Order: sequence, then structure tokens, then C-alpha cells
Amino acid sequence: MGDYLSQISTLFSEYDVLGAFWVNIQLTFWAAILSLILGTFLALMRISPIPSLRWAGTTYVNLVRNTPLTVIMTFMVLAVWTQLQISLADNFEQNFFRLAVVGLTVYHAAFVCESIRSGVNTVPLGQAEAARAIGLSFVPAARLVILPQAFRGAVAPLGNTLIALLKNSTVAAAASVTNETSSLMRNMIEFNSSEIYSIFFIFAIGYVILVIPIGLLTTSLSNRLAVRR
Amino acid sequence: MPDDDSPGSAGEARSEELGDPLVELVDVNKHFGELHVLQDINLTVRRGEVLVVIGPSGSGKSTLCRAINRLETIDTGEIRIDGEALPEEGRALARLRSDVGMVFQAFNLFAHKTILENVTLGPTKVRREKSKAAKERALGLLDRVGVKNQAGKMPAQLSGGQQQRVAIARALAMQPKVMLFDEPTSALDPEMINEVLDVMVALAKEGMTMIVVTHEMGFARKAANRVVFMSDGQIVEEAHPEEFFTAPRSERAKDFLSKILTH
Repeated sequence: MGDYLSQISTLFSEYDVLGAFWVNIQLTFWAAILSLILGTFLALMRISPIPSLRWAGTTYVNLVRNTPLTVIMTFMVLAVWTQLQISLADNFEQNFFRLAVVGLTVYHAAFVCESIRSGVNTVPLGQAEAARAIGLSFVPAARLVILPQAFRGAVAPLGNTLIALLKNSTVAAAASVTNETSSLMRNMIEFNSSEIYSIFFIFAIGYVILVIPIGLLTTSLSNRLAVRR
Repeated sequence: MPDDDSPGSAGEARSEELGDPLVELVDVNKHFGELHVLQDINLTVRRGEVLVVIGPSGSGKSTLCRAINRLETIDTGEIRIDGEALPEEGRALARLRSDVGMVFQAFNLFAHKTILENVTLGPTKVRREKSKAAKERALGLLDRVGVKNQAGKMPAQLSGGQQQRVAIARALAMQPKVMLFDEPTSALDPEMINEVLDVMVALAKEGMTMIVVTHEMGFARKAANRVVFMSDGQIVEEAHPEEFFTAPRSERAKDFLSKILTH
């Protein structure tokens, strides 16, 4: 036991473990905000009265949801950056970070969309009818009546998506983000292979510490915000 | 408005005062798959008229009511409100709907908004009224339907009867040309039915044009100019309420009335 503790403290002093977790938190933060926005638009498209928008939303979700995240991340670097030469920042490292955020956003927006749509399903049809009956057209009815209730009903599934996003942020390694946790873990294993249990332990516990509060928070928010009917 | 307590003459006396056609349905047809729910419906409701639509469940009366503000689309025919054909969708439809008040069986108050916000939402967001003016008017309307003291509560905290009265106030806040009531008392406990009907009778006496799908014969007798009896998607009989309830002409109406009157 003491062995492991001293190993862990040495590893902490040799490598920037907290810094790596911080990178994942930042990736998650930006991708969460952007995918919430994109996912909301996709959900609006999927519930809209216009068939072509519905089709586009459905196609996006089915296409992206069924593409492995690693493929999307690799695509961001090899296709978007190398081939199309689209750069998101002058700074080399910053560029890869942003490409990774975009890749995570594109991927998770599909799941956010489906979470919000499940929230929309918790809103009785009568709410939309009442909104239309007082003369609200689709967008105002969605903004003022449907989505506020749908988001409250979608807190728990959105929380799950956020947890998945946090853990999936490690795939940013595939988009050449080299200072995040999975890259660091690989480095540490390579150079300190005898301490593999301690290394595993550090990253496992690190994610548990990050994920558990998200789960607790979304469960309690979900109960607190639930619309009483 | 003449006194409505004298049965028989009430409808006729009032019908003379009725204005020009406000809601017109011409050869309206609708199918739900195989089921022909509205069959060649022709119906005109004039300004100031109170029309009660009655009929067995599945007769198409709710569909008729919902078709008037296009919550249900129709297959063929035309529906005009105040001379204007119902637009298919978009802003024009939204604008027309804002002139048609609707009260639902299940109240459908916006569950995440307070009672007051339920009433002010339409005026402020659709009519662009100033929020202070809208709030004052909303409180006036809530007072009129007797729930002003509940203005700060959420819908789920109110009884069914109170919620339905708020729903009426919400519809009235848009200053509609006509009010549609789709079985407004069917989801209420018996002791709450009258408080809603009282509000509706008062509204009728003030001259509001109303189309009411209901089985409340007391309301029909007290407030309606005309009763339309529907069965199997058709209008089978139209008559003054007193005439309809005491001497129905069609067999289907007789049969229906005998079923709802036996207990």
C-alpha cells in the first residue's frame, strides 16, 4: 500500500497529471456548450412541421451517431486540416484543440438532439396545441412553451450525454491533442511500465471524481426542475 | 340581450339580433384513414350566436371544433372565419388563430408558467402588448373568472375547475372574435362543472360568439341559440335547444337523448 502511495506521488511530481485532466475538462466544457446549441437546432429541425428540415435532422443524427468518434476526430485532422487546409487557430496546439472541440461537438450534437427530443416527448401534445391556439407560430411556440419544458424533462439524459462527452474527450488524442489524459497515460505507461497499476489507478479515480458529481447534480436538478402536471 | 329564462322563445328572440356570418364551413370533409369523420359539413355561425354541438362520442364533434382553427386539417371544403379562408400554415394561420379562442377538455395551461403568465403570454408575445398593460388586463380577466387570488400559482396547484376558468381567461385575453369550447367540462369533477358553466353563460350573455361541444343540456338551454346534433360525421339535426331536447325529430337524436337522459 505504502509502495503504491509513494509511486503515485512520484508520478504526480514527474508528470503534469492535473494539467492533463484540465485539458479534458476544457475540451468537455466547450464541446458541451457548442453541442447543446447544435443539438437544440437539430432537435428543432426534427420536430418542425417542414418535411425537408425533419429529413435533414434525421439524416444528420443517423449518420453521425453511427460513425465512430475516432473516425470523426481523425477526419478533423486529416481531412479538415491537412486536406482542406482549414485552420482554426494560428497556434499549432490551439488549432488541434479547436479541431478536437469541433469533432466532439459534431458527434455529441446527435446525442444531445436525441436527449432533447426525449424531453419533448415528456411535454403533452396539448401544450403545443394551446400554444398554437393563442396564435404562436412554430418557433415562438417552441421557444416559449415546448423547449423550456422539454429541457427540464431532458436533464437526466443530457447529464448522461455530458458524462459520455467527458470520457470521450480522451479521443481528442486522435485529433493530435497530445497533452490530454489518454496521451499522458500512454506516455507514463511507456516510461514507467513497472508502475502500471498506479498509473491506471490515477486515471480511473480521476474520472470517477469528475463523473460522480455530474451524475449527482443532474439527478437532483432533474427532480428539482421537473414540471408538475 | 333578452331574458333567456323563458324557454322556447329565447333562441328565436336572440337569433333576430344576430349579425353577419362569422364562421362558415362549406362542404367540409375529413377522413381518419378509412373513417369518414366529417361528411359534407355545412354550417354557418353568425356573430353573437352561441352554438352547441352535441352527439355521441366518435360522431366527429370534437374534430369539427378543432378543424375551425385548423388544429385538425380537412381534406376538402372550405372554412372561413370573418370572411377569410383559413390559411394552410405559417404566420397567416397563426394570426387567424389568435382571433379564435380555444378552450380544451384537458385545460392545457402552460405547465411551466404561473397563472398570470399563462394569460399574458399571448398578448405580449403575439400582440406585442406592453407587459404592464397586459398584466393589468390579465388580472382583470382573472378577476372576472374568479381566480385573481391564484395569479401567482402554478397550474398544477389549482383545481380542475379553476384551471379551466384560467384557460377561458387566457383565450379571452386575445380578444377573440369567436370562442371554441371542446368539451370544456368533461374532465371536471361534478362539483366543479357549474363554476365553469357560469363563466360560459356570462360570456354568452355578453354577446360572445361561441361554438361549444358539450353534453351539458342545462347550458344549452340557458345560453344557446341553436343546437347541432352530430352522428357518424354528419350533422343530423339543427334546432333551437328547447325544441331539440323536448321534441327531437331524427331517430338518432331520440336514441341519443334517451341514453343520456335515463339516469
